[in-house]
Amino acid sequence: MSHAATHDHHDDHHGAPKNFFQRWCMSTNHKDIGTLYLVFALLMFFIGGSFAMVIRAELFKPGLQLVQPYFFNQMTTLHALVMIFGAIMPAFVGLGNWMIPLMVGAPDMALPRMNNLSFWILPFAFTLLLSTLFLPGGGPAGGWTMYPPLSLQSSSLAYVVFAVHLMGISSIMGAINIIATILNMRAPGMELLKMPVFVWSWLITAFLLIAVMPVLAGAVTMLLTDKYFGTNFFNPGGGGDPVLYQHIFWFFGHPEVYIMILPAFGIISEVIPTFARKPIFGYKAMVFAIASIAFLSFIVWAHHMFAVGLPMGAEIFFMYATMLIAVPTGVKVFNWVSTMWGGSMTFETPMLFAIAFVILFTIGGFSGLMLALVPADFQYHDTYFVVAHFHYVLVTGALFAIISATYYWLPKWSGRMYSEFWGKMHFWNSVIWVNVLFFPQHFLGLAGMPRRIPDYNVAFANFNMISSIGGFLFGASQLIFLGVLIHGVFFSKKKATDRVWEGAKGLEWTVPSPAPFHTFDVPPVIHDDELAHGHVND
Amino acid sequence: MTSGSIRRSFTAASALAAALFGTAASADPSPYQLNMQPGASTWSHVPYELNNWSFGVCVVIGILVFGAMFIAMFRFRKSRGAVAEKWSHNTRLEIIWTTVPVIILITLAYFATGGITSWADTTGSQMTVKVTGYQWKWRYDYVEYLGKPISKVGFMSKLDTQSDQTRQLGSGMDPYAVKVGNENTYLLDVDKPLVVPVDTKIRFIITGADVIHSWWVPALGWKLDAIPGIVNAAWTNIKEPGTYRGQCAELCGQDHGFMPIVVVAKSKPDFAKWLAEQQAKSAPPAAPPAPAAASTAAAPKTAQIAPVQSASKSVAAKQG
Repeated sequence: MSHAATHDHHDDHHGAPKNFFQRWCMSTNHKDIGTLYLVFALLMFFIGGSFAMVIRAELFKPGLQLVQPYFFNQMTTLHALVMIFGAIMPAFVGLGNWMIPLMVGAPDMALPRMNNLSFWILPFAFTLLLSTLFLPGGGPAGGWTMYPPLSLQSSSLAYVVFAVHLMGISSIMGAINIIATILNMRAPGMELLKMPVFVWSWLITAFLLIAVMPVLAGAVTMLLTDKYFGTNFFNPGGGGDPVLYQHIFWFFGHPEVYIMILPAFGIISEVIPTFARKPIFGYKAMVFAIASIAFLSFIVWAHHMFAVGLPMGAEIFFMYATMLIAVPTGVKVFNWVSTMWGGSMTFETPMLFAIAFVILFTIGGFSGLMLALVPADFQYHDTYFVVAHFHYVLVTGALFAIISATYYWLPKWSGRMYSEFWGKMHFWNSVIWVNVLFFPQHFLGLAGMPRRIPDYNVAFANFNMISSIGGFLFGASQLIFLGVLIHGVFFSKKKATDRVWEGAKGLEWTVPSPAPFHTFDVPPVIHDDELAHGHVND
Repeated sequence: MTSGSIRRSFTAASALAAALFGTAASADPSPYQLNMQPGASTWSHVPYELNNWSFGVCVVIGILVFGAMFIAMFRFRKSRGAVAEKWSHNTRLEIIWTTVPVIILITLAYFATGGITSWADTTGSQMTVKVTGYQWKWRYDYVEYLGKPISKVGFMSKLDTQSDQTRQLGSGMDPYAVKVGNENTYLLDVDKPLVVPVDTKIRFIITGADVIHSWWVPALGWKLDAIPGIVNAAWTNIKEPGTYRGQCAELCGQDHGFMPIVVVAKSKPDFAKWLAEQQAKSAPPAAPPAPAAASTAAAPKTAQIAPVQSASKSVAAKQG
C-alpha cells in the first residue's frame, strides 16, 4: 500500500508551516493546494466577470458608446478563455484536490509535488494571457476558439498559444494526479463502486482531460507554426485547410464541455441526497450515465460545425450522436428528481443552488437538443440562441454547482458556518438575475441577432437592455458571495460541527471541522452505512 | 398511418403552433420578437417547424420533470414532517424514462433527416450566384441564369453610408434615425443589394477571400460559412418578392458586426430587366475580359467541391 511511500513526502506531521511563502508557494498539502486553486478560480471569476460587464455595457443600447469593436472582440475572447480555463476548470480541480482524498480516505494526493507544480503554472499562464491587453497590438480578438485564418492576424497569438500550453500542462498533471490518487490511494474497503459520485465524475473527467488537452496543444502549435514558421496546415494558399483546425479544435472542445460539467454532476449527486436525507436514486445508473456521456463526447464534435458545409452523411451522423446524449443526461435529471421524491428535504443554500442547477441546467439541455437538429441549427448557429444555451449550461450549470459545493464544504474547510441568511440572499439574487440576463438571449437569437457583435439593429434593443440589466445585477450579486466567503472563513462566530449537515454521509464528514492539516494518516475503517450512498447492493 | 400523413399532420400542427406563437410573416427582426421567423423560401419552413416542435417537446418534458420536482419539494419537506424513505431503485421507471426519450428522439431525428436531405440537394438549379466574403463586405458574381452564362455582372456589397457613420464610436448620431421608409435599417442595409428572381431555384456557391465569414439571411432558413480555399454550395427558392436582410454570422475581425446582407427578390420579368441593365452597364466599353476572369481566378486554388470550381472556371473560359 502506498501509505508508507507518502509518509516520505511529509517532513512534519504537526501542522502547516508558519512561514507564508513556505506554506503556500512550496505546499505539497492537498488541502492548501486545493485552497490555492479555489482562490485563484475566484479571482479569475471576477476578472472574467469584469470583461463580461464591459460586453453587457456596450450592448446596453444600439450604437457604440464605450469601446471600439476590436476591443469588444478582445473582451469576448478573453472573457471565454479566462472563465473556462481560469475559473471553471481550476475551481473543479480545487474541489477535487480538497475533497477526493477526504472522500476516499487517502492521506493526500498521490503526487504531492506535481500537485504544487500544476497549480503554480497557472498564475504564470494567466499573467501571460492577460498581459496581452497591455501590448501594442492588444489581446487576442479572434474568439476563444481561435479559428484560423482570423486568429493568425492577431499579433498576440504567440502569447496566447504559450499560455494555452501552460494551462494544458497544468490540467494534464492535475488529471494524472487525480487518477493516481483514486486508483491507488483509496482506503481498504472503499471499492470503486462504493466511491461517492463526485469521485467517480472526477475520475472520468480526468481521463477526458488526458485525452484531449494534448489535442488542443497540437492545434494551437499548428497555429503558431503557420504564423511564424512558414507551415501551411490551415492556409489554403499553401494547400492547407482552415476547416481542419475546426475539426481538431472541437475534437478537444466537445470533451472540454463535459470536463466542465461532469464534476458538476458529481457535486449535485452529493448535495441532493444530503439535503433530501435519502440515498441517491440509481447510483450505478448515475455512474454509467457519466461514463456514457464521456464516451459520446468524443463522437459529437462536428455539431459545432454544422454550418461549415459538411457532407450530408457527416451532418446526419453527428446529429444522431448528439441527440443520443440526451438519453444519459435525461437519466441523470430523472434520478435527481427521484432522489428528492420521498425524501425529507430542507433547503439550505447548497441545496437551493443544487435545485436551481437541476432546473436551469435542464433548460440548457433542452436548447442543446434543439441545437442538435441540423436544419434548425442552420438558423441557431452563431446566434444569441447559442450564447443563451451555453451560458445556461456553464453559468447555471457548472458555476452554480461550484457555488453549491463551496457552501456545502466551506464549513468543513474553515470550521465555521457561513451566514445562511446572506447565502440565501446570494442565491435568490443570483437565480433571478441570471435568468433576466440569459433568458432573453434565446429570443434575440431566434429573432436573428448574431453572436460576437458589438452593435445591433434597434429591433434587438429591448431584450439587450433587459439582458444587460440582468447582467449588471448578477455581477453585483457575486459580491454578496465574496462577502459570505470572507465572513464564513475568517469572522463567523458559529462553529461548524464535524458532521455539518444532518443528512451528510461520506468519509469527509468523519474528520473534524476544520479538517486538520493531515487527515487519514491511518486508513479509516469503512462502514457501508457511513458511505454517501448507503448500501449499493445491486 | 403513412409517412405522408404524418408529415401533413406535422405541418398542420406547426401552422397552429405558428398561430400560437403569433409570429408575423415579416422577414425582418421586430422588437420583442419571441420566435424564429417562418422565412420566405420554399425550404425555410423546415427549421421553423423543427424549432417549434422540438420546443414543444421540451416544454412538455419540462412541465413533467419540473412539476414532479416542485411537488416533491412541497410534499417531502422536513418542515412538514416528511420522513425520508430508504428506496433508491425502481427498475420499471428507469426503463420507461430511458426508452420514452429514445422514441421521442427518433421521431425528431426522422423529420430533421428529411430536412437535411432536401437542403443538401442543390441539383436542378436555374441560376447560380457566387458569394465571396471579404473583411468586411460581400461580393456577388452572377454566374448563370436559366442555363445561360452571365458575364461581368458582379459587385461588392457593403454597409450603407448612413449606418456606417452612425455606428462610429462617439458619432452622436441616433441609430433609431437610420430608416428606409418606415423600417429601421440600422446595420441591416447595404449600398448594393443582391438582386434575385422569385420562384427560381438559385444555387449559391460560397467562399471566403481572407478569413472565414458566414452568409446568413434568416428568411432563407440557413447560413453557410464562406471559407477561403473551400467552395460551399447551398440553394434557395424565394416565394415572394421582397427585401430580406441578414448579417455575417462568423466572427471575422473588427467589423464583423458591420457587413450585412440584403437580398432583394424581384418577379421574374423585373429581374430579367434588372439583369439586362447590369449587363448593358458592364458591356459597352468593350472591356478586356481581365476583370471578370480575375474575379474568378481570385477564388483560391483548392476546393472541396471540385465540380463547382471547375464549372465556374469553365464559365470564365467561355468569357475569355
